[in-house]
Amino acid sequence: MNSAVIVFPGSNCDRDAFDAMQAAGLKPSYVWHAEASLPKKLDLVVLPGGFSFGDYLRCGAMAARAPIMQDVIRFADKGGYVLGICNGFQILTESGLLPGTLMRNAHLKFRCKDTNLRVEANDSAFLAGYQKGQVVNFPVAHAEGNYFADDDTLKRLHDGDQVALRYATPEGKVTAEANPNGALENIAGITNARKNVLGLMPHPERHADPALGGTDGQVLFKSILTRLAA
Amino acid sequence: MKAKIHVTLKNGVLDPQGKAIESALDHLGFTGVGAVKVGKYIEVDLHEKNKAAAAAQAQSMCEKLLANMVIEKFAVEIAE
Repeated sequence: MNSAVIVFPGSNCDRDAFDAMQAAGLKPSYVWHAEASLPKKLDLVVLPGGFSFGDYLRCGAMAARAPIMQDVIRFADKGGYVLGICNGFQILTESGLLPGTLMRNAHLKFRCKDTNLRVEANDSAFLAGYQKGQVVNFPVAHAEGNYFADDDTLKRLHDGDQVALRYATPEGKVTAEANPNGALENIAGITNARKNVLGLMPHPERHADPALGGTDGQVLFKSILTRLAA
Repeated sequence: MKAKIHVTLKNGVLDPQGKAIESALDHLGFTGVGAVKVGKYIEVDLHEKNKAAAAAQAQSMCEKLLANMVIEKFAVEIAE
């Protein structure tokens, strides 16, 4: 099994993601955004966090139209696993691989802190290693993480059980106080209907090593490996 | 031809920047300020000579890149 981290100008979590993937046995390589195609025999693509193209126009707008993204979209359409973290989530919504959008935080502040997340659906390859209802701790670091979708889209997300993670208290209660950015229904991460694409604002790769202060994120990367090996 | 494009949030979408400006104007003593909304203004020079074709081109640019149709709307004006 092989995986790739796409590197855009302004990506800054690409090495963190690479390290977490390597530690989990996902055999990552870096792929530059200007490439026309992904490496052959690939199982997982990760779009890392950062400020691709300086957040020009809208966060993720430029990266979503980069040459490599055409092949990432084809890869996802064929069922390949795609994970977007933070700016990667923004790129996924801008490219149409995930519905909705990420708006400026309601309080206009950049939020950099640990957050507790309740696992709402664990039937994707990414979250299969967690229990449904389990509370995990991943850090957030963003100014545009305020998830928004119109009513029809939200209903489709509910109907398809596509809301993957919600901001919650350490006890697993979804409250306004636990919401770091004003996101609709405390949504922190969603999947597509087919569940092979996950986007989330919090950073699992930043809690994937004891030296970083947490290991809850390790499970996510190992879950993918388990699914691929099955 | 020049396309003059305004991209603004759809009605009903929360605009925290507009709210912040609204309260800053209030702090400066500007009374009687209603809702403030923040958008983008984009100018695109086009080689196209036909006005209708230029408008169609600009519209397509908005739909594909310049506006996020989930939360934004746009208005295109074509100038000579």
